Amino acid sequence: MSDTSTDMTPEPAASQTGLFQQLARRIQSRWRSIIVFVPYVWLLVFFLLPFFIVAKISLAEIVIASPPFSDMIEWTDEGVMNIRLVFDNFIYILTDNLYYRTYFNSLKISIISTIACLLIGYPMAYGIVRSGPVAKRLLLFAIILPFWTSFLLRVYAWMGLLADRGTINNLLISLGLIDEPVRMLYTEFAVYIGIVYTYLPFMILPLYANMERLDNTLNEAAADLGSRPVNTFLKVTLPLTIPGIVAGSLLVFIPATGEYVIPDLLGGGNVLMIGRLLFNEFSANTDWPVASAVAIVLLFLLVLPMTIYQYFQGKATEEQ
Amino acid sequence: MYGKRSRFLSVMLAFGLAFFYIPIILLVIYSFNYSKLVPVWGGWSLRWYEVLFKSEEVWNAVTLSLQIAVVNATFATLLGTLAGLAMVRFGRFRGRTLFGGMLVAPLVMPEVITGLSLLVLFITLKQLIGWPAERGFTTITIAHITFSLSYVAVIVQARLTGMGQTLEEAASDLGAKPFKVLTAITLPRLAPGMISGWLLAFTLSLDDLVIASFVTGPGANTLPILIFSRIRLGLRPDINALATMIILFVAVCVAIAALLMFYQQKRQELDQQIADRGNA
Repeated sequence: MSDTSTDMTPEPAASQTGLFQQLARRIQSRWRSIIVFVPYVWLLVFFLLPFFIVAKISLAEIVIASPPFSDMIEWTDEGVMNIRLVFDNFIYILTDNLYYRTYFNSLKISIISTIACLLIGYPMAYGIVRSGPVAKRLLLFAIILPFWTSFLLRVYAWMGLLADRGTINNLLISLGLIDEPVRMLYTEFAVYIGIVYTYLPFMILPLYANMERLDNTLNEAAADLGSRPVNTFLKVTLPLTIPGIVAGSLLVFIPATGEYVIPDLLGGGNVLMIGRLLFNEFSANTDWPVASAVAIVLLFLLVLPMTIYQYFQGKATEEQ
Repeated sequence: MYGKRSRFLSVMLAFGLAFFYIPIILLVIYSFNYSKLVPVWGGWSLRWYEVLFKSEEVWNAVTLSLQIAVVNATFATLLGTLAGLAMVRFGRFRGRTLFGGMLVAPLVMPEVITGLSLLVLFITLKQLIGWPAERGFTTITIAHITFSLSYVAVIVQARLTGMGQTLEEAASDLGAKPFKVLTAITLPRLAPGMISGWLLAFTLSLDDLVIASFVTGPGANTLPILIFSRIRLGLRPDINALATMIILFVAVCVAIAALLMFYQQKRQELDQQIADRGNA
């Protein structure tokens, strides 16, 4: 058991000193190395290293201290006992009804939102591609502009629309369509609206970039050969836009799964999502080992989509 | 691809744009509402702007956020440009795959994970070497640089790829040393890309709530942290006024960025014309 513990101990320090020495040697030989060295070390220290620490804490035990988790040295001394704790944090998450349901609900919400973004974004991207040159530029600008305004304030704008005494309810009541306000804010429906609203540009832009490269003569050829527009779309355009669909869907799905602000502001306490649970676990409960384990599991869930996205991105840059 | 736009596509576009803009327009309109209850119209007024400008808390948050954004954008542009140069112009070097991976990963990493991991890093560092002694300006800025530099690197890489290497090659053929080529040809031509990168990093920093919330310390409230703590409790007219001011500010920034991109494109076309003339 204690052997396993040393195997599982993340050792970023060892591999890093090797890398540092290599890089230090290169600095003396070539000025170019300095250019690589600075951002490289920055990313190693502030991006990669933190993940190893999170992994370490997720394997630790909660203690009443500051910071509230058991020390690593203590951990290696009592390898056998703490290996059991390793599994404790993860088993707790994977078997506990709350965490299980929250992961499931996050995935459900982000999958449905991604599909909704695709259904709205696809025709919009196609509409932009089919516009004249001036209209195309203006439309693209109009899609990008909200993306630049504060994300938090765009979510806040929907609080005003969806509230019990909000704009939509006021409008419906004054039109006589309803007598009592419909509860929309602090429901799962509001979370869907919020996610689709904030992530729709991430769907439209990769789709647009993909469709822009399509050759219209293919559509014309299909039409000349007697294919009806719907048939041409399904057999020619749709298959050719799959790279755009994949890229756009992943750009919505990945951040939506870990979303914190939208479920917190629009879902209130009623919507379970993992990003919100993680944040609250960390700030309110200060159970860092469990929060770290939650983060590691979330990362594992997203590693596959992130890898697919990077693969597609890599292919796209090579094509250029 | 340019062809006929069907009625269905036009309707979808109109619907989509309305979906994008109606909430923002309503947000701005209600900032001029006299009533204390946001959705109840009580006549036009600048009352909430007055409340806003008198609030010391808001000013402190704005100052802190702007300071972080400027320092972040400057360092992120520096590091991102170096990273972009390394990726595009240095061919294969040891550890390039890991470097490329670390450079792209922050773009798709969920914010809660980035925030959490940076916080535990800062706490561990404090235990080991006593730095950073306090969380706030420094820790938020470091966190922002870490994810912003990836965005800058993307822009710089795109610009470097788009520029091509013909001018650099010409310069070295004429006897310029590699370092001279970098400072005399590559960097000046890269400048518009670096400025766009700076602006993007600046806006990303101003916009970030989640990562800043993780790595901040007591008393260091950035503007998004302040806004979030207020709107969690419901609608507030002074936040509508603040939102309007921010939207105005962003609109100005975007206009500058658009002009720069226009200039960049013109310049690129000009370079191309010169290159074509050279080839002919």
